[in-house]
Amino acid sequence: MATTTVATEAGLSLSAPATQGEVQIKPLTMNFGPQHPAAHGVLRLVMEMDGEVVERADPHIGLLHRGTEKLIEYKTYTQATPYFDRLDYVSPMSMEHTWVLAVEKLLGITPPKRGQYIRVLFAEITRILNHLLNLTTFALDVGAITPALWGFEEREKLMEFYERVSGARLHANYFRPGGVNLDLPAGLADDIAAYFDTFPKFMADLEGLLTENRVFKQRTVDIGVVSAADALAWGFSGPMLRGSNVAWDLRKAQPYDSYEEFEFDVPVGLTGDCYARYLVRMEEMKQSMFIIRQALDKLAKTPGPVKANDRKVTPPTRGEMKRSMEALIHHFKLYTEGYHVPAGETYTATESPKGELGVYLVADGTNRPYRCKIRPTGFSHLQAMDFMSKGHMLADAVAIIGSMDIVFGEIDR
Amino acid sequence: MSDEALKELGDYIGNALGAAVVKTEVAHGELAVTLTRAALFKGIQFLRDDSTTHCEMLADIAGVDYPDRAERFEVVYNLLSVKHNHRIRVKVATDEDTPVASIVSLYPVAGWFEREAWDLYGIFFADNPDLRRILTDYGFEGHPLRKDFPLTGFVELRYDAEQRRVVYEPVKLTQDFRSFDFLSPWEGMTDVQLPGDEKAVIPLAVRPAIADKR
Repeated sequence: MATTTVATEAGLSLSAPATQGEVQIKPLTMNFGPQHPAAHGVLRLVMEMDGEVVERADPHIGLLHRGTEKLIEYKTYTQATPYFDRLDYVSPMSMEHTWVLAVEKLLGITPPKRGQYIRVLFAEITRILNHLLNLTTFALDVGAITPALWGFEEREKLMEFYERVSGARLHANYFRPGGVNLDLPAGLADDIAAYFDTFPKFMADLEGLLTENRVFKQRTVDIGVVSAADALAWGFSGPMLRGSNVAWDLRKAQPYDSYEEFEFDVPVGLTGDCYARYLVRMEEMKQSMFIIRQALDKLAKTPGPVKANDRKVTPPTRGEMKRSMEALIHHFKLYTEGYHVPAGETYTATESPKGELGVYLVADGTNRPYRCKIRPTGFSHLQAMDFMSKGHMLADAVAIIGSMDIVFGEIDR
Repeated sequence: MSDEALKELGDYIGNALGAAVVKTEVAHGELAVTLTRAALFKGIQFLRDDSTTHCEMLADIAGVDYPDRAERFEVVYNLLSVKHNHRIRVKVATDEDTPVASIVSLYPVAGWFEREAWDLYGIFFADNPDLRRILTDYGFEGHPLRKDFPLTGFVELRYDAEQRRVVYEPVKLTQDFRSFDFLSPWEGMTDVQLPGDEKAVIPLAVRPAIADKR
């Protein structure tokens, strides 16, 4: 393991050899990261080790802190959306999703059905995108390199759909308050459907590599076990909570954007260890695939606008602007001043791939948010690192971090 | 949950906690309960343990800064009940000097959220066992999310080749910080009577007649 080792007091030291030749080992303080491939970004983990066993893990975060919440207070609601892409850069559109739902709630507008279905479609593509990265790098952390190579290829194909719909592979800025920016380009729905015909084959290959893999199971089963009560007390959400046998999914419990019209199952893990979380994510990808197929069916049957017909919030189309003076004025006003959101506050949460992503938004009636607190998912998961890794070996700490699905863009904000 | 059910829940909490509850309100399908600072710990303990509220999860703690108020900070706790599928928002007011009771012993997850509120707002939580800064740099001074903290901050970082390390310097802006005021003066004119405005107002006596015709 190529971890940089910083010994506080000369690390290992032998006690005076006069006393019966016993070797006394002082606890070793070790610095894991912030530049370590298994730290998933810029995690600095200060660990107290007793030999190879972790006694205490103290995550130091904030190395990627960019002051997103402060910046959003100085931007209009439209300008704030791209900041959300940059939170969890592995699942950008899911981050936007919470934001646009929060703004819509305060504005009191609902997107048309087609807009909602497109959002569901891309939220689920994003879920697969996220889990592909997490599961494969998790496997990489515990010693399997092939899943990462295969997974990144599939990710690239999915990001092509991102690019076709928004022009950007990652930072899409596609979801907007009131719907989505543009309708799907011609042929995209067919290509997505065609891609997901090949996806089960890929899933089977990935499962073949990992699910019954002896080394993978040795590294993950019974590692980082969290009971259901602990998971709730530590504020876990998403696959971390479901891995501990709590059937809680905001898409089912508090549906948003027509999720109640979709049929899907919520997988739960029984053991609460790293392997259970792996299995939950694996099953979620398959469920996402079902949701995507349903969304494509619904989209084919639902033509119409993709954003709310409210000219004070959603900008007019380019074509309209060329002909209508009012449209031009609206466009100008929306992109300079933005819209004013009535005073009020809301805590809106969605089931992002990593768990509950919440936005506590306070509006004061102007065109800028008064306060926007982002509830990151990984923040509470990482906080539990200490109790999850206590008594485990150093190498297991790596497996635990991998199973947590940590992305620092959202934790540090 | 419907607004009526939330209102009922709010009344239930109001009855149970009595004087500890300053205000309950239901807006946008969400219930918010304002507690007195002294009763915060007991109040949240009740919300966690009572079988009707039963919030076994603390989703979030947010600080908010209202510099105009006598007690400028508001600490907002977002509680979630997985069993009953409802959320309760608990608010409590404080200022720079008055500590708020820590709820780490009720919800271990509160530890980092309180550290964050301390770091970004300077809200002090009594009895938090580990109230260090969390998001800002080691040795950072000030509380950046306060409204009187400038967006640009006070210091900037640069690598100094001579000292061979990163050094802090007072922030230098190559152009003035631009803050556009988009608040239209015309929207402030709604209450003002300009000459001729009285013509647009329908006399009270006529109003019912028009309503009948419609």
